[in-house]
Amino acid sequence: MPVLARRGRKLAVPRLEPRLTALTIFMMMVLAAVGLRLYYLQIIKTHEMADLADRNRIRIRRLPASRGLIFDRRHRVLVDTRPSYDAVLVPEDLHNRAATIRNLERFLGGDHVEDKITQAEDEGLPSSEPVTIKERLTWDQVVALETHQLDLPGVSIQVTPRRRYLYGPLAAHLLGYVGEVNEQELKKLPGYHMGDEIGKFGLERGWEDYLRGASGNQEIEVDAVGRRLRVLKETPEKPGANVILTIDLDLQEAAEQALGNHVGALVAIDPRNGEILAMVSHPSFDPNQFATGLTSAQWRQLMNDPAHPLEDRVIQGTYPPGSTFKLVDAIAGMEDHLLTRSTSFHCAGGIWYGNREYRCWRKQGHGTISLVNAIIASCDVYFYNVGERLGVDRIAQWAHKLGFGVASGIPLAHEKTGTIPSSAWKQRRYHERWYPAETLSVAIGQGYVAVTPLQLAQLAAEVSMGGIRYSPHFVKRIEGLDGSTLKSYEPEVAERIPLTPEQVQILQAGACGVVNSPMGTARKAAIPGIEVCGKTGTAQVVKEAAGARTKEEDLPEKYRDHGWFIAWAPGNDPHIAIACVIEHGGHGGSSAAPIVRDVLLRYFQLYPPGQPLPAGALARASSGGRENGD
Amino acid sequence: MRVGIDRRLIYHFDWPVFVLTFAIALIGLLSVASASYSEHRPFQMLIIRQVIWTTAGAAAMFAVVMFDYRALASYAYPIYGAVMALLVAVSVIGQATGGSRRWINLGLFTLEPSELAKLALILVLVRYLRDDPPPGGLRLRHILVPGLLLAVPAALVLKQPDLGTMLTLVLIFGSIIFAAGIDLRTLGILVLGGVLAMPVAWHTLKPYQKERVLTFLNPQSDPLGAGYHVIQSEIAVGSGGSWGKGFLKGTQARLNFLPEQTTDFIFSVFAEEFGFAGSILLLGLYAALVARGLSIAARARDRFGALLALGLTAMVFWQAAINIGMATGILPVVGIPLPLVSYGGSSLIVLMAAMGLLISINTRRYLF
Repeated sequence: MPVLARRGRKLAVPRLEPRLTALTIFMMMVLAAVGLRLYYLQIIKTHEMADLADRNRIRIRRLPASRGLIFDRRHRVLVDTRPSYDAVLVPEDLHNRAATIRNLERFLGGDHVEDKITQAEDEGLPSSEPVTIKERLTWDQVVALETHQLDLPGVSIQVTPRRRYLYGPLAAHLLGYVGEVNEQELKKLPGYHMGDEIGKFGLERGWEDYLRGASGNQEIEVDAVGRRLRVLKETPEKPGANVILTIDLDLQEAAEQALGNHVGALVAIDPRNGEILAMVSHPSFDPNQFATGLTSAQWRQLMNDPAHPLEDRVIQGTYPPGSTFKLVDAIAGMEDHLLTRSTSFHCAGGIWYGNREYRCWRKQGHGTISLVNAIIASCDVYFYNVGERLGVDRIAQWAHKLGFGVASGIPLAHEKTGTIPSSAWKQRRYHERWYPAETLSVAIGQGYVAVTPLQLAQLAAEVSMGGIRYSPHFVKRIEGLDGSTLKSYEPEVAERIPLTPEQVQILQAGACGVVNSPMGTARKAAIPGIEVCGKTGTAQVVKEAAGARTKEEDLPEKYRDHGWFIAWAPGNDPHIAIACVIEHGGHGGSSAAPIVRDVLLRYFQLYPPGQPLPAGALARASSGGRENGD
Repeated sequence: MRVGIDRRLIYHFDWPVFVLTFAIALIGLLSVASASYSEHRPFQMLIIRQVIWTTAGAAAMFAVVMFDYRALASYAYPIYGAVMALLVAVSVIGQATGGSRRWINLGLFTLEPSELAKLALILVLVRYLRDDPPPGGLRLRHILVPGLLLAVPAALVLKQPDLGTMLTLVLIFGSIIFAAGIDLRTLGILVLGGVLAMPVAWHTLKPYQKERVLTFLNPQSDPLGAGYHVIQSEIAVGSGGSWGKGFLKGTQARLNFLPEQTTDFIFSVFAEEFGFAGSILLLGLYAALVARGLSIAARARDRFGALLALGLTAMVFWQAAINIGMATGILPVVGIPLPLVSYGGSSLIVLMAAMGLLISINTRRYLF
């Protein structure tokens, strides 16, 4: 019985109701689980999901701000941003891919159109987005594409702003150039994005924050295949501010022209405030090449050029100042009460110091010569005596005070300080004591002494102003789009040397005589009607063997001396101070002086000194002057 | 066969199933309208067709309500035979869309016989199992014939290929034989056998089906490829939040981030625009419909009616659960429509007729 009962229970007919109840419970639990999942997604994770949904559909498109313009002091455009025409192609709109590509290649002259499309596709660009096929079309290409629109479905011309340097290599070192922001800059500078333009060099780099403006952006809604549907939100871009330079375009052009094919530099300053009027370093380069992206061949060529076109010789070229340095000796001597107007030394064509003869450039000597005449005739022996009495450290002290051996503070990167030797300097540099004989070389601006053209221009300016030196600057003001002044750069006194009127008069008389007196060394710089003052200099490239005297013309060019001329004018009321160096130009009086004269002449044409220049001044000036050493 | 309007028929008409069916179908119309909406063409043919089919479905529903479901028992085998013939026909003359052959073009509309197959399978299984099970429950030998009745349509739809419908058929079969009294040990053996057969079944899957399963197991493995659909659907549902983005304002659907948004992923469209509130409402409607269907089964006068009600309810339940589970990323992506909501005439009309049948079963328990 118990067995039967057990078997009977086991073999019971399954009833429907409990099974239905079990199914009901099961189904409700499953639906409840789905409900929990919905709660998780829609309540707990909703912010994350909403964020993902927005990221799906919203693309941020940056609206690059147009870069500010650069003007010269008389508001003439030097650098602007102009549209560049690029051929773009929307792969999705190609009806007959092969034919369109063939036609496009015909109009552009090759250019691997197919490869560019496949590359863009490989990078995951949606086929509704344009692919750039060729940048910077020539006008002919633009016309060809425009007139053959029917043969080129899907091809269009896109206009992008590009930096344009209107005068090419003119003032290239000062203006600098822009380029695409690189990875290091992206890491360092906030607010930049891949593909942005950034100032790389010169003014473009230094005034980047003003010129750049602020880019805006657009939030664009896209669909699943990346097609742009509409703009959701837009922050407009703010164009960059304009920069007004102190440079005068006409004078800059005149200086570029005057320097011609010479390798060298010229800088012109307004001594009354430190404004740079012209600044030339030759050879130059064309910043437009950088704005449009250099090819590696172009880059190699620039880097390997033995004339170093990228070097800004005005602030980076360091040369021995030669006889121009005698002005420093004269100031130091007068300040230290060693020299007065009547201090004379006898020049017999050289002096013996130690067991070596130190020669004057004039073999026959200058006889007994006073300070003013020593400056005019650039007598070496006179200044050997001054140097010997001052000693190198006092020369160095005054040279530093006059701005040598230190950076001028011009707002350009990589300015060189040059070298002003002193006994401490030599100990530090060579671990050797200073030999007094070396002071004689220093006194005539040779040996270890190295200065930049800008430092010498500053010396000319300072002397002309009777001891006041202003900080050199080349930006006059920053202008907003509406013409309002955002910032203006006021003159700043860099240094003031207490020169007495008598001392100023001595220096002026000397410098004036250099150009205008019959024994002057720079008579080629004279301009009738204007008192030009100056000082020549010749920087030795190869140290002359004692006593040896080779004619400059017989030396191969690379061993020839560098020629210097510094000048200011008009002597009694200076408006302009200039320094010019011609590499391997030989005597400053014959190489640099005529160039400076041309620039001065142009300056006084542009800014007449009270009354017009006499007719034919240029012609007379260029014929005047005698070959003269310094 | 009793046809005609009995006063008791009106008196005992099952309002809950009727109301729930139309409520869900209305949500379906809203969702299809939204899923097919575009700013250029607000009224697409799609929504107009869906309205027509809803109307046709309603007519079918009323026709079925009039009909005495008991008479169906005698037509079960012929109906099954006819539908199997259609399934064979579809494999020959069927219209191929998107890599599978599922539809027969009848000029005015295209018929999807696999939707009819669900109903035919329910009918024939219930007909076969309408007698009380033997003591101890159904054993393997008892379910040999039902198994064959499943195998024929399952194999035919798998060949189309339509994994989703195949799965639905298997689950309907399972639900019916469970309710019909299968011996639980036999059920255990069947399930175990099924699990062991998986590796074999794996090899019969098409590459895209394998990929879907793999993607389900790890959707992040390939977010731009196969996992994309699941992730985009989860984003759509989740970004709906509590109250949704508003009708026609779902960005995921509007900007085509959702795949198959009028059919398989219609739930995501609805959930994005109506949020958790809307989703829970829809889920609640299904739960209420399922509960009501099961209670009709429990109260049916005869075993045929009870099992029939259970089978119809199971059809709604499994499709709804799997579809929403898929849209929310808890189940692999298999193409199963959301009952009464997804776009598609055959499915809609079959489901509304099925709901009519439920009403008929409930109404007629008082009639005899």
